[in-house]
Amino acid sequence: MNISRRKMLILLPAAAVAWESVLAGTPEASPNYKMSDHWWGMLIDISKCIGCGNCVRACQTENDVPDGHFRTWVERYHVDDLHLENPTVISPDGGKEGFPVVKEDAEKYFFVPKMCNHCSDSPCTQVCPVGATFISPDGVVLIDQKYCLGCAYCVQACPYGCRYVHPEKHVADKCTLCYHRITKGLTTACCEACPTGARQLADLKNPNDPIHEFLKTHNVQVLKPQMATGAKAFYNDLDGSVR
Amino acid sequence: MSAFKDARHLFRFAGLFVLAFLIFLVVRHYYVPKSFGQYGHYRGAAIGEIAQLPVKFAGHQACEDCHTDVVAKKNTGKHAHVNCEACHGALASHANDPSTVKPVLPDTSVLCARCHTASAAKPKGFPQVDPVVHSQGLPCETCHNPHSPGMDAPATAAGGAK
Repeated sequence: MNISRRKMLILLPAAAVAWESVLAGTPEASPNYKMSDHWWGMLIDISKCIGCGNCVRACQTENDVPDGHFRTWVERYHVDDLHLENPTVISPDGGKEGFPVVKEDAEKYFFVPKMCNHCSDSPCTQVCPVGATFISPDGVVLIDQKYCLGCAYCVQACPYGCRYVHPEKHVADKCTLCYHRITKGLTTACCEACPTGARQLADLKNPNDPIHEFLKTHNVQVLKPQMATGAKAFYNDLDGSVR
Repeated sequence: MSAFKDARHLFRFAGLFVLAFLIFLVVRHYYVPKSFGQYGHYRGAAIGEIAQLPVKFAGHQACEDCHTDVVAKKNTGKHAHVNCEACHGALASHANDPSTVKPVLPDTSVLCARCHTASAAKPKGFPQVDPVVHSQGLPCETCHNPHSPGMDAPATAAGGAK
């Protein structure tokens, strides 16, 4: 690409103005929202998931997720008695349009919705060389897309495969736990669209949140606890074969 | 003190070093965003920018403020816990401007089948039917009101809800 001196002289002030907006930033959106009052997580109830794909479609609509990439997706596990440790997992187009019908009733099937676990000790934020991804004071793992270089270190670091490089913006992208919604008192798009209540937004700092009672009375696990990520996506009824 | 007779050279180097450091501080002052380090090793203003993104799903509260009749009907049936936008799709545009943005009515033969098509992979307690056997291609709303899908008379069609 050839840039003439004239074009360069026009481009430079424009770039300076753009950079100035990065430097200044914008004020916080919701004046009544106090970050120190919240510690967000998600409760996912596998026994309630029917694999309809509503959450995947809702997420793509709400967050303009590009086709072929997913901030949340649904996997279908098929575990047969002889291969407990090697389940067959499918997720056609992230489960966006549902799953093929299973006729025979004899074997074990279940759906596992996946998303960013919003780890409190997240591997992805630790590897960022420029400080473009971080855990917000209210426990949400976010990306500053104006600051991200698109090096994809974080994509490799996430043990859950929850990050991707945006094909048009060329920066890392991931679930924000609908930060623009939860700071306004709404629930996430996936929770709003889930017809069975298999997903529930949880605020661990809110003593009245039903999550506390649920965690006390159910067999709840997180994914890959051996990675010590401090994951905050809590799975009820999680089968041992889920990876 | 012959060892330090050429110390002047060192002072020049030290001067250059101090100058370079001052330039570094000045450049840093202008190039590091104001809010960097406000909460941690990142740009604090980014949090506010993400929080300002537009909402597309209005949330069930917004629907219930106006459509009280539908909510009352919905609360009588098995879909009481299903949020409006789970079926009707993202409608913040309609909630913000109800007179000009009119939502499209969903096609029940597609919509209902998404959840209620029988599959052995689904949880056993969830009501499921084989749409072909159950309704012979008729749209579900012929018999069921989607807002309160139960029927006064028990379902007699073949392949009824398990």
